[in-house]
Amino acid sequence: MADNRFEHASALTGIGQSAVGRRLGRSSLDLTLEACRSAIADAGLRSADIDGLSTYPGGDPIATFGYGGPAVYDVQDALRLNLQWYQGAAELPGQLGAIVAACMAIATGMARHVLVYRTVTESTAQGQSGRGSVLGADGASASGMGRWMAPFGAISAANWLAPVATRHFFDYGTTREQLGQIALVQRRHAALNPNAALRTPLTLEDYLGARMISSPLCLFDCDIPVDGSTAVVVSQQECANDSRHGGVFFEAFGTALRGRPSWDQYDDMASMASQGAAEQLWERSALRPADVDVAQLYDGFSILALVWLESLGFCGRGEAGPYLEGGQRISLGGELPLNTGGGQLSGGRLHGYGLIHEAVTQLRGQATGRQVADAEVALVSNGGGPIAGAMTLTRERP
Amino acid sequence: MRGSADHSPVAGAAGPVVDDVLIHRMTPAVDPDCAFFWASGADGLLRMQRCRDCGYFVHPPAGFCPRCEGTRCEPRVVSGTGQVHTLTVNHQPWVPGQRPYIIAIVELDEQQGLRLTTNLVNCPFDVAYVGMRVSVGFVHRHGSWYPVFMPIEAV
Repeated sequence: MADNRFEHASALTGIGQSAVGRRLGRSSLDLTLEACRSAIADAGLRSADIDGLSTYPGGDPIATFGYGGPAVYDVQDALRLNLQWYQGAAELPGQLGAIVAACMAIATGMARHVLVYRTVTESTAQGQSGRGSVLGADGASASGMGRWMAPFGAISAANWLAPVATRHFFDYGTTREQLGQIALVQRRHAALNPNAALRTPLTLEDYLGARMISSPLCLFDCDIPVDGSTAVVVSQQECANDSRHGGVFFEAFGTALRGRPSWDQYDDMASMASQGAAEQLWERSALRPADVDVAQLYDGFSILALVWLESLGFCGRGEAGPYLEGGQRISLGGELPLNTGGGQLSGGRLHGYGLIHEAVTQLRGQATGRQVADAEVALVSNGGGPIAGAMTLTRERP
Repeated sequence: MRGSADHSPVAGAAGPVVDDVLIHRMTPAVDPDCAFFWASGADGLLRMQRCRDCGYFVHPPAGFCPRCEGTRCEPRVVSGTGQVHTLTVNHQPWVPGQRPYIIAIVELDEQQGLRLTTNLVNCPFDVAYVGMRVSVGFVHRHGSWYPVFMPIEAV
């Protein structure tokens, strides 16, 4: 364990969320301001108190098809913030990187209250033509990491993660029935969350009979695009005393990337980048997996949550299938309640920040109808695939 | 020995040109380091970048060998045979009318971990499997030679 971890200098003092839903037709700035103002008020602050601003992925680099939210400068200007420090970037340890950066800014004295936001409008942006709208014309150029995959029709994240599932099934004998428990359990959790996108019951028969997207991933293994924005306020730790809800605390971060950062070159195709982030999290943390009361594990696809369970040591390598059998362990009341707001599969794809919002809500004891009793330690992971980040949040000061 | 400096030149059997299974196919961004890769199939042969000093294959091409830190890397004909490391059958018609197709990650015989994402063609999608032995062919489209793979044994 590292001494004097920089993350201990900060506390999470406010959370806010805009309306979340399918095809809201509102601008990303409009949604972002709703979330940001809510988070600032939740922290007991005013806009004038905010002196740092951070987001993933930033407005300009990947502002395509509703994936990127508004640029930092748009939000700064709309709220007339005076900033000591700011960043908006995608080349970070997952979406969580925007929060890690905020904590670094606070630990180094560059800011006192950093507003962090993540906004998606993918549901509206993709419109009636859905994911296919991102393709462009036949022969359109593929750049970046995608230049080795998109030319072969691997144009959706479903195509990039399905091979991880295939390999996991091959290496360990994992089954669709086992993987499906993630979708089924999270749908039951979503039914208890009035803000979740999908709340109708889902049976194993529904799951097994659903149309295949990219084998072995079916429709219910994929998260559901929504429009929405989530914001949090990260403050100097001592400010938590003055905040309305007392704050929750950053116990440890894991940001390591210990393999080739690629969808198809990572050495172990059945685990990928979550492995390094999880290892480093436990190297830095004073806690152990058994100390975690509630887990919010990234589930852009069900297979990512499964891989995180193994990487984080909640079960052994290759043992997630049997661990998930029947779904009791990951249900409310089980040993590791997972994605208690429905996650992204049923709650809606807020790109990691819905999970952060739910973790804080649980630690504050405000998750009415789905509250994990005496939740004191939450674990949040973001990403998987070629980038990943993880953190432990605690109700008490570490 | 796989990937060693004395790896003998491979007289790769020319792979066939195959019909495209995709209605819509994107093109790789123009990149001088990688142009050889997308042009290689013109003579039916697959080429990968290889370090002249230690024989290590470098993919994606970087012009730098991470094993010996050499900088003398060059395109090298490979056998075009390998095995399916993992795969998926894409069923979702991202483009209207698209039939299911197989996306595979193939590991080439030349070196452990020498992989590329590709399509598995001439193979019913319900018989494709991890570990399947495959050999290269090419789709010629948009001015590029896309390396695709097909089963070596009849299926």
